[in-house]
Amino acid sequence: MDLKTIVRELALEVRAAAGNLERPVTGGYASDLLSCVMAKAQAGNLWVTLQGHPNIVAVASLLNLAGLVVTEGVTPDPATLSRAEEEGIPILTTPLTTYTVVGRLFALGIPGVER
Amino acid sequence: MAEVTRLHELTYEVKIGDVMTRQVITVEPRTTMAELRAILRDHRISGAPVLEGDALVGIVSVEDLIKALVAGEMGASVGEKMTRNPVTVRADESVVMAIKYFNRHGYGRFPVVDARGKLVGILTRGDIIRGLLRQLEEEYHREEALRYRVSHIFEELISDLTSITLRCRVEAQDFESAGDASSKIKRALSRLAVPPQIARRAAIVTYELEMNIIIHTTSGGEILAEIQPDRIIIRAVDTGPGIPDIEQAMQPGFSTAPDWVREMGFGAGVGLNNVKRCADEMLIESPNAQYTSVKVVIYLDHERRPAEKAA
Repeated sequence: MDLKTIVRELALEVRAAAGNLERPVTGGYASDLLSCVMAKAQAGNLWVTLQGHPNIVAVASLLNLAGLVVTEGVTPDPATLSRAEEEGIPILTTPLTTYTVVGRLFALGIPGVER
Repeated sequence: MAEVTRLHELTYEVKIGDVMTRQVITVEPRTTMAELRAILRDHRISGAPVLEGDALVGIVSVEDLIKALVAGEMGASVGEKMTRNPVTVRADESVVMAIKYFNRHGYGRFPVVDARGKLVGILTRGDIIRGLLRQLEEEYHREEALRYRVSHIFEELISDLTSITLRCRVEAQDFESAGDASSKIKRALSRLAVPPQIARRAAIVTYELEMNIIIHTTSGGEILAEIQPDRIIIRAVDTGPGIPDIEQAMQPGFSTAPDWVREMGFGAGVGLNNVKRCADEMLIESPNAQYTSVKVVIYLDHERRPAEKAA
C-alpha cells in the first residue's frame, strides 16, 4: 500500500514532501525514542511518533523510511518541515493518538516489525 | 522514492522533440478511406496527420475510419472525414505540456510542429512513457558509471594497505545539525558501493556516536570512518568529560542525559547497545575518565564476521 492511500484512509495532513507519496510502505514502527527507531525501523517503514523536532528527519533519512506520522496534533518545527522537504521525507500530521494511528494502520494491513 | 520525484522533474526538463516519433506516416486530403485503412494496417498505427504539400491541414484516426466503414463511405476522401485544424504541440515545449493536452483533449495523438508550424513528428502517450523511461535509464547508467567501486579504487591505488578516511567534526549541543555526520558517511558508503545492510549498520553506529558527542561532551569531538578493502573502522573521539564507569554506561536504560534532552527522544540509554549490536568489534576507552574514544569495526565480507547480527 502506498502513502497516498494511507493519507486518504486516515485523513492525514501532508506537511512536507507531498510529491513523494507514491512509495509503497513496507511496514510500520512507533516510538518516540530515537535510538529505538534507529535499532528497529526498517527501510520503507512508516514511523509514527509525537516528536516534531528536526532530528526526526535525520533519523528517517538515515533509515530510508517511507515517511513519518506526527500524532496528537503536534506541529512539527518549521526547520523539521523544511529539512523534510529537502530530503524528500513526507511528514504527515494528525490529531489522532499514536495508539489509534497504529491500530488503523494494522487494520489497513500494514504490519509491524516483530521484535 | 527518488524515481518518482525525478520522473516528475523530467516531465518539465524533457522536451516533446526528445520523445516524439520523428518518422511520421502522413496522408493527403485526396487519399481515400480505403487507402487509409491499408496504410494504418501496414504501419500498425492508429492515426495519421494530413498534409497538403508542406502544410498540416488535419488529422485522421482509426475512429474516423470505423465511422466511414459503418456508413459505407470507404470511397470518401480523407479530406472529408478528417478533423480539421488539429490541436498541435510544439517540439520545444516540455513533456508536461503534452501530458496536460492529453488530459484536456482526450486525443490519442498530437502532431508535433516546429516554431514555424512545420510538421516534425507525432506524439502519443506511449512515446512519452518510452522517452521518459529511456531518460531514466540513461541517468541510471551515468550514475552507475560515476559510482566508484570500492574494489576499483583499492585495485588502482597500490600500497600495503589503502584506505579512505572520512573525518566529520561534531559540535557539542548542536541538535540542529544532529545526524549530519552520519548522513555524510552513509552517503559516502553507498557511493563506494558498500552493501545496503552494512551501510545501515554503519549509519546506526555513527548516528549513536554522533548523538553521544552532541549530548554529553563539553566541546564536541570527531567521527572518523575509515574504509579499508575488507572493513569499515569507525572512531568517535571527544575531549571529555569521560565515562567513569563504562560497564554501567553499557547497561541498557542507563543514561545521564538531562530531562530536556530526553524529552526530545534522546538519552533513552540504549545508544551504546545499538552500537554494540551493529558492530563486529567494539572498544570503548575513557582513560582516567578524561575523554572518550570508541572504536567500532564492521567487516565487509561475511566470512570474517563472527555471527550474523540481528537487524
